[in-house]
Amino acid sequence: MSDKPEKFIDENGLRLDGRRVDEIRPMTVEMGVLSRADGSCYLEWGNNKVLAAVYGPRELHPRRLQRPSEALVRYRYNMAAFSVEDRIRPGPSRRSTEISKVSGEAFEPVVMKQFYPGAVIDVFAEVLQADAGTRTAAINAATLALVDAGIPMKGLVASCAVGKVDGQLVLDLNKPEDNYGDADLPIAMTEDGEITLLQMDGNLTADEIAKGIEMARKGCEQIFAIQKEALLSKFGTTDEEELLKEAELQAEVATSEDETEDVEVVSEVVSEVALEDEDDELKDEVDEDLELQDEGEAFTDDEVEDTSDEAEDLFGEDVSEFEINEGTESEGDSSSEPEGAESDEDEGEKNE
Amino acid sequence: MDRNIVIPGQLLSEKKEMAGPGTYVKDGNIYSLLYGVANFKGRVSVVPFSGKYIPSRKDFIIVKVIDVTPSNWIMETGSPYDGLLHVSEFPKRVDSSEMRKFMDIGDSVVVRVKDVSKAMKVELSMREQGSKVLRQGRIIEVMPAKVPRVIGHGGSMVSILKKESNCDVFVGKNGRIWINGRDNDMDRLTTAIEMIESESHISGLTDKVGIFLRGGPEGTESSDEEQLVDEEVAGVSLEDDDVTEETSRKVDVLLENDPEGTD
Repeated sequence: MSDKPEKFIDENGLRLDGRRVDEIRPMTVEMGVLSRADGSCYLEWGNNKVLAAVYGPRELHPRRLQRPSEALVRYRYNMAAFSVEDRIRPGPSRRSTEISKVSGEAFEPVVMKQFYPGAVIDVFAEVLQADAGTRTAAINAATLALVDAGIPMKGLVASCAVGKVDGQLVLDLNKPEDNYGDADLPIAMTEDGEITLLQMDGNLTADEIAKGIEMARKGCEQIFAIQKEALLSKFGTTDEEELLKEAELQAEVATSEDETEDVEVVSEVVSEVALEDEDDELKDEVDEDLELQDEGEAFTDDEVEDTSDEAEDLFGEDVSEFEINEGTESEGDSSSEPEGAESDEDEGEKNE
Repeated sequence: MDRNIVIPGQLLSEKKEMAGPGTYVKDGNIYSLLYGVANFKGRVSVVPFSGKYIPSRKDFIIVKVIDVTPSNWIMETGSPYDGLLHVSEFPKRVDSSEMRKFMDIGDSVVVRVKDVSKAMKVELSMREQGSKVLRQGRIIEVMPAKVPRVIGHGGSMVSILKKESNCDVFVGKNGRIWINGRDNDMDRLTTAIEMIESESHISGLTDKVGIFLRGGPEGTESSDEEQLVDEEVAGVSLEDDDVTEETSRKVDVLLENDPEGTD
């Protein structure tokens, strides 16, 4: 291990790793890295390497831990034995148990636990390589893993530390600053600036804390930007992909709202179906349509008039009903129900 | 823009009365709760990219018997919550001593969700047309969020799957798909459904799946057909490698530094 440096900040105001006092280390994020987890994220922040996985909501055992009105969020922070120079003893320690507890609580105001009463959402944050600020890195990764798992959340959580070296406040401590600095103040906050985690090691005056929190806020803003970029780029920004996700959405809207028999909804879905027809028939033009949203819209509206009957027919075959028919048909019941055309076709195919 | 990809906490609208599923209201504004696609037509709603199935009333789902009690079958629903099927919800009158003769542990069943209580007690029913015990065929699992894609618009994808593969298909809302037909056909259909799941973002998927399942002109010799299918399968898996495994591979490499993953 390196010994304590003589100076943390040189005459140009640069730190040991060349950063300015209010600069965070470079962060790279990759989402969906674990195929068996419901959500996952791999994050590198400076020399920190963290892997976060989310499982759930799933059934909670033992049952006595279940909460009747909300889900339990279980957060496990763990450092791999090889994550530091001197091998650390594997398994939970006093330190990791504490960090697990406070980090889990950092998500308290954002995760919509009331949607899953009695269930559990498990968050695992594994530190693969540690270089000061692992709990903050783990929180940043865990946020993205939760989002990736499709857990409903009011917003993101970002975390960043402020410390004091050479009598000066610095953002996002690196290893020597953490080891030999005067103070370390990790902070996590929501997008609204609500502080959800605040710990302190060392000594700071009240003024320094107030100033430190402001610095951390600026750091967290940068982290939110990185997180958002990672989320928005995961599915690419290509028009085609968006279009098809939309298609998926419409199918679901049609399915779920069928039963309400809302006239407005019907017309909505009709236009959507029309859009989809167009999509299938004029695949090549779709990209252009999307790019020129306004024109595309106008085009669609025109189409609605023409194809509304057809679309309504399609729509009339409520999907769940369709599924029932599948069932009966397979049992050998050939009395075909509403969707005459399609099932007739099917019968024809089978007979051939 | 009418619809776009949104992330939790993103401002969607300033008209709080238009808030729909997948959103929340704060200070009179609508924000997204989920990572998914927002729909601004009518009420503002967000459909997630991923997530677990959560039982809701009137859903048809495929469940598995995990326990039989004196008056209930307990079913695993693919969600965080188990379902209860009371004897009286079985289409026939069943004596409680004979419950296992009709459905025993391990059997898969198509049921309808009768009711879901506030505490997420899920009551199931088989007194509906279409409910039945699945004695043959196979069950494939897909992500519940992809179910609408497998069904298609107005059932277009399902009917293509059925027509082109000569199989019976039933898609449960919980992401379980039951298929039944000849082994060859089911193999092809399984690959097709995997294709839908992994390529749900590609346009013209319905046509592509249709072409894949047809595997050339109708009525060809089965050996020819099989060959074609094999080729197609190889093609699909290659694409899969490129798209989905690229990311997981990086971590694998990091963790074990083993060239196996690159095969």
